[in-house]
Amino acid sequence: MAAFYSLLAVLALIVIPWLGAGMGMGALFGIVLPYIAIIVFMVGFVLRIVDWAKSPVPFCIPTTGGQQKSLPWIENSPWDNPSDKKGVFMRMVFEVLTFRSLFRNTSVKLQQEGPKVGYSSEKSLWLFALIFHYCFLVILIRHLRFFLAPVPWAVHVTEFFDSILQIGLPVMYQTDALILLGLFFLFARRVFDGKVRYISLMQDYFPLLLILGIALTGIWMRYVVKVDVIAVKELAMGLVTLHPHLPKEAIDPSVYAHLTLVCALFIYFPFSKLMHMGGVFLSPTRVLPNMSRRAMWVNPWNDPSIKPHSYEAYEDDFREKMIEAGLPVDKQA
Amino acid sequence: MAKYPPPEELIKINYTTPVKSWMDSKTAFKPGNFSYPGKPDILKYLGMPNPREWNPMDDDWKLPPDWQRIVMEKFREKLKKYRSFKIFMDVCVRCGACADKCHFFIGGGDPKNMPVLRAELLRSIYRGEFSAAAKVLGKLAGARKLEEDVIKEWFMYFYQCTECRRCSLFCPYGIDTAEITMMARELLHEVGCNINWILEPAANCNRTGNHLGIQPHAYKDMMDFLCDDIEEITGRRVRPNVNKKGCEILFITPSGDIFADPGIYTYMGYLILFDYLGLDVTWSTYASEGGNFGLFTSDKMMKKLNAKMYAEAKRLGAKWILGGECGHMWRVINQYMLTMNGPADFMETPVSPVTGTRFDAAAGTKMLHICEFTADLIKNGKLKLDPSRNDNFVSTYHDSCNTARGMGLFEEPRYILKNVCRQFYEMPENTIREQTFCCGGGAGLNNEEFTETRLRGGLPRGNAVKYVRDRHGVNNLACICAIDRATLPPLCDYWAPGVGVSGVHELVGNALILDGEKKRTTDLRQNPLPGMEDEEE
Repeated sequence: MAAFYSLLAVLALIVIPWLGAGMGMGALFGIVLPYIAIIVFMVGFVLRIVDWAKSPVPFCIPTTGGQQKSLPWIENSPWDNPSDKKGVFMRMVFEVLTFRSLFRNTSVKLQQEGPKVGYSSEKSLWLFALIFHYCFLVILIRHLRFFLAPVPWAVHVTEFFDSILQIGLPVMYQTDALILLGLFFLFARRVFDGKVRYISLMQDYFPLLLILGIALTGIWMRYVVKVDVIAVKELAMGLVTLHPHLPKEAIDPSVYAHLTLVCALFIYFPFSKLMHMGGVFLSPTRVLPNMSRRAMWVNPWNDPSIKPHSYEAYEDDFREKMIEAGLPVDKQA
Repeated sequence: MAKYPPPEELIKINYTTPVKSWMDSKTAFKPGNFSYPGKPDILKYLGMPNPREWNPMDDDWKLPPDWQRIVMEKFREKLKKYRSFKIFMDVCVRCGACADKCHFFIGGGDPKNMPVLRAELLRSIYRGEFSAAAKVLGKLAGARKLEEDVIKEWFMYFYQCTECRRCSLFCPYGIDTAEITMMARELLHEVGCNINWILEPAANCNRTGNHLGIQPHAYKDMMDFLCDDIEEITGRRVRPNVNKKGCEILFITPSGDIFADPGIYTYMGYLILFDYLGLDVTWSTYASEGGNFGLFTSDKMMKKLNAKMYAEAKRLGAKWILGGECGHMWRVINQYMLTMNGPADFMETPVSPVTGTRFDAAAGTKMLHICEFTADLIKNGKLKLDPSRNDNFVSTYHDSCNTARGMGLFEEPRYILKNVCRQFYEMPENTIREQTFCCGGGAGLNNEEFTETRLRGGLPRGNAVKYVRDRHGVNNLACICAIDRATLPPLCDYWAPGVGVSGVHELVGNALILDGEKKRTTDLRQNPLPGMEDEEE
């Protein structure tokens, strides 16, 4: 049901601008909405991070994934159990760029004979998540060609490698195919894996279908209707240079659908789980070094009025018995 | 003795998830799946809200009249105090990587024991009460209202989490269910829903210095009794200091080890080691507890109980503290102690008086783990050891959750074990070190009435033990945790019969060759040493 409603929402986000653009509402979808989206995204993103950062980190609670740094002759794991900022930096590099924690993933198999509980490596989620995220990044970089003039060298290089197989005309970008593969896998997992289906909510299906919609309209524009790229760049440059105008040449309505989906993603982003992009950098179990035995970690709301049940009170309670047992006491009876 | 099904029935676990939404399934309390509630007089002693007689199996939980307002106020306060809580409420993408990492899910199949869903029990209220959009979308967006059934569900599942942090290792954002469980338990305290097995030890610890409520004279008696046993076995009389001022070192270890088999053999191991080294060390009856059930109660209680360690070190004038084998004790010392009760600048960075090694890893807390201390002794050749005395043991090693994922103490105990016994085999790699499995009784759930669920949760550990038992003839599971020493013996009897449980320093005590010792014919358990089966006393 949640998946179905998500699909309806995404379809609406395609159909409305498609029809709207034809009815002379190009400026709404091509100019007004993008500005709203970018403002909501930037302000929302910053506010969200600020809101998180406002809550203190009272305790130093890294999840340690390797040997601590202790005796010099014992080899420690500087990245899985970092003892300093340098180690944390490396831990985060691996976490963010290679999805290290997800790479550890295993799957449990229970065998009734024996019985035997087995664990097998389960890398598919890691692989397809990685494919999806990197393709998204490459596609984002490629799209800079619409927003920058002259087009930077790095964008050309990205395009060159992304189309290195030289299939078809216009030449196919590998990431266009791969991102679909990644998205289909992630979606299929939610639908067909009972455990994942059981925990999935509308906010899990919606962004997947939204991004799928973006990818499919993009593919449609490039490979099927072959939209007027010069006109699209004119529209994009107008937005970037703050001189927004609709190009003289008419643009295919699919461009507006594509753009609207992207705007929807930008607007949705700061209010959703997609903020994991920023959150991972603030997660106390990952970004803190395991150092709180070596040096003091300060808790801003530590309450100094909390005292132990005092030794004096303890001795008052048990003095006779302690003396009888031959235990030293501070005050004689 | 509690009633529970035999292994061949318990192993029939169904991992398929129901068709109905989890929000529509009602929490069913039955004997064996929950722990008994906190007794009213204990709550009163600790100054905790809503003390009353109640039973989770009853319909009426006797919550205070404005319980919803109380819970939501506390919820808001926690979000303000803990960035971890806020982030963990917000960033989960429900990828499901954590789902089959929880021992309670693996051993029971209840989907609400998937860490992601355990957290959703709280998140659904977070959305339903704080987010306007989610409120409108309701169940589709995983939002719901705070009703009495939610409190019941929380009580069930946040007291079916042992705060072992295994899920947090696999989470791409490091979402830590231990942290979420701690928050939920604090919310539950506000309306008087908690368990006696945690609160009574906490109350005992406050008054008598230890969880078991052992009073000072009784503590001394039990210690003398163990010294008698040591004399009988080794021929040497050890004379430990208790509450003595002016010693260089204060030693603190969990009280469980002075009280019950097999922990007492580890305790004897400490006594023998200190005597062998002629260490200037004292024990304390006021700070006679290494563990801290406050960790499973609230940040305030944890701080209050932990504060005794520094208070006693200061009173006695110790230069540094040595800590015994315990799991959650070391999470507290490593990640909370100095923050809560530091700075400890009235002491000095621990330096081994035997080897001269300076332990900079403990420069802040001034508190050293006994395994770090002993590993350093062995490395420097300061211990005369006869590992053949442990030849009756074929050992494997269980990493405690807290020393594993809240500290990273992996090599020190293994180094000791490999030096004091000759037969050592590791369990499969997905069940040890940072991926280690809980004993099923951590975070204050090691009680009798909860045994069936504990045995279920103990399946992954028990099965890994069985694996090395069948493959290598392992008959001894060594560990460095007092709760493990209480929970693993019944677990092994159930899932891997024939395997016993020992502490690491019990095996050290067996192997250590003392000056002027008599011919040793038995180990610390008074079982004959290898080749001494026919010796008569």
